[in-house]
Amino acid sequence: MLAIYKREMRSYFVSPIGYIYLAIFLAVSGVTFSVTTLKAGNASDITQYFSYLLISFFVVLPLLTMKLFSDEKRLRTETLLISSPVSLSGMVAAKFLAAFSMFMIGFAISLINLLPFYAYASGSPNTQTIFGSLFGLVLIAGAFIAVGVFVSALTESQLVAALGTMMILLLFVFVSAFNFSIDSYVLRSILSWISVTDRFSELTAGRFDVSAIVYFFSLGFVFLFLTVRVYEKRRWA
Amino acid sequence: MIEIQNLVKRYGDYTAVNDISFTVQDGEIVGFLGPNGAGKTTTMSILTGCLSSTSGRVSINGIDILDDPVAAKKQIGYLPEFPPLYLEMTVREFLRFVYDLKECTLPKDKHLEEIAARVQLTDVYDRIIRNLSKGYRQRVGIAQALVGNPKVIIFDEPTVGLDPKQIIEIRNLIKDLGKDHTVILSTHILAEVQMVCDRIIIISKGKIVADEKTEEIEKVVTGARQLEVLICGPVREVHNALRSLPGLRYAELVGERELGSNAFLLESDPGLDVRKSLFQLCAAKGWPLIGITAVGLNLEEIFLSVVDETALKKEKKSKRKKG
Repeated sequence: MLAIYKREMRSYFVSPIGYIYLAIFLAVSGVTFSVTTLKAGNASDITQYFSYLLISFFVVLPLLTMKLFSDEKRLRTETLLISSPVSLSGMVAAKFLAAFSMFMIGFAISLINLLPFYAYASGSPNTQTIFGSLFGLVLIAGAFIAVGVFVSALTESQLVAALGTMMILLLFVFVSAFNFSIDSYVLRSILSWISVTDRFSELTAGRFDVSAIVYFFSLGFVFLFLTVRVYEKRRWA
Repeated sequence: MIEIQNLVKRYGDYTAVNDISFTVQDGEIVGFLGPNGAGKTTTMSILTGCLSSTSGRVSINGIDILDDPVAAKKQIGYLPEFPPLYLEMTVREFLRFVYDLKECTLPKDKHLEEIAARVQLTDVYDRIIRNLSKGYRQRVGIAQALVGNPKVIIFDEPTVGLDPKQIIEIRNLIKDLGKDHTVILSTHILAEVQMVCDRIIIISKGKIVADEKTEEIEKVVTGARQLEVLICGPVREVHNALRSLPGLRYAELVGERELGSNAFLLESDPGLDVRKSLFQLCAAKGWPLIGITAVGLNLEEIFLSVVDETALKKEKKSKRKKG
């Protein structure tokens, strides 16, 4: 399992994709930070930055996950992994963790953005909000990466994997945006239950919302489990 | 030791493998032979745990592949039809990755270098796999299967796409491996199986149609003997004379040939050589005998006859028509 993890991490950096991801993610986070807080003059409110960052996830995270399984399938290297003494769940976990580590690298670097915020904030920044948001973003990224892992196991094409992942993530991110135009209360509550953004706002507000945390964890877990099932089913097909 | 019992694999209505059973002893090299689509690759995928069977049991050295897949897979080195190679890695990096993947315990660098030397990869050890030729890539695929020194080695069409020199090298390598490993290899080239394997299993349409020691298959080859002879002389008389020649099962007129000769197809009784008496017959009659060609039943024909008995007849007919 460690071998697969190491190979994935290595392949992020021998191919341009790792650098492209980091460049895009850091550019997006840097620009949104300066636009939403510094330029906008509301130097004490950082929640907008975090919600823009969340929206950017649906574009940038598929870059990390699109090749994970699709490339193995295209190059027919997956037989090597499947015929090796590694369990399917170990294989999926290794790939997930590699993508997640890449995310964490970029995310950790982007924390630099917070330095000027602490330096120039008018009044004392709400640390609870910041920690809650950061924690929430990490959980959401984990869940989104799991979605990407799952979609990449379905196709041989990296492009299809990336676009397919974006489509699903789009649903999670923007589904509650339609709520204002929906009359049905039942439908509205379902959509806002699915919506990642609605749950995220709880954490952004600095509230330790257990149901949101459980939701993000289970979302990630379900998609990783489905990935394992995809491989198991292929064996039985 | 590999034991396969009543293996069945169905894809919907299509039965790819239909009730196959065989046992491979330690140190045996078994050739798995069959036309394309016979179920060779499917059987091998099931053996290596890449695919599940619909029913039946597979055990590797007594470990059932379904009960304990991880332990069973540790016993196996597998070269699939398309060698699974990460093209962006060097040979060294790739073998080190496979070593870690298989969780080997042998001394790493020494073990990998030994393998590289054995499959003659030392020259390209630090080159990127993407830049290697097909033959070298195939060798990297073989090297990958040898990492960790598994007891059982399974090769799916190991010589496809190689040039003749490379084919000979790889065949020798497989023979060499057979000394201390159990080897199963699949191929659709008969000569290859005959050269390399101790035992031949012929599979067709998902069923085993022959399971013989290699020498015994060879006996069948020399058993029935066909000759094509060219004799100048009056057709009918020659034909009648041939028919009455002792030891000949049948003599058949094939057609006219060069120098006013006629070609005849003769089949002698098994184990009998009629060429001498044939010459004497022609000499006595004063008919110039200008050619004897052993048609024989070659391996390909035997193969076809085992795989599909009607196919042999058809081929014979078409041959005669051509003549």
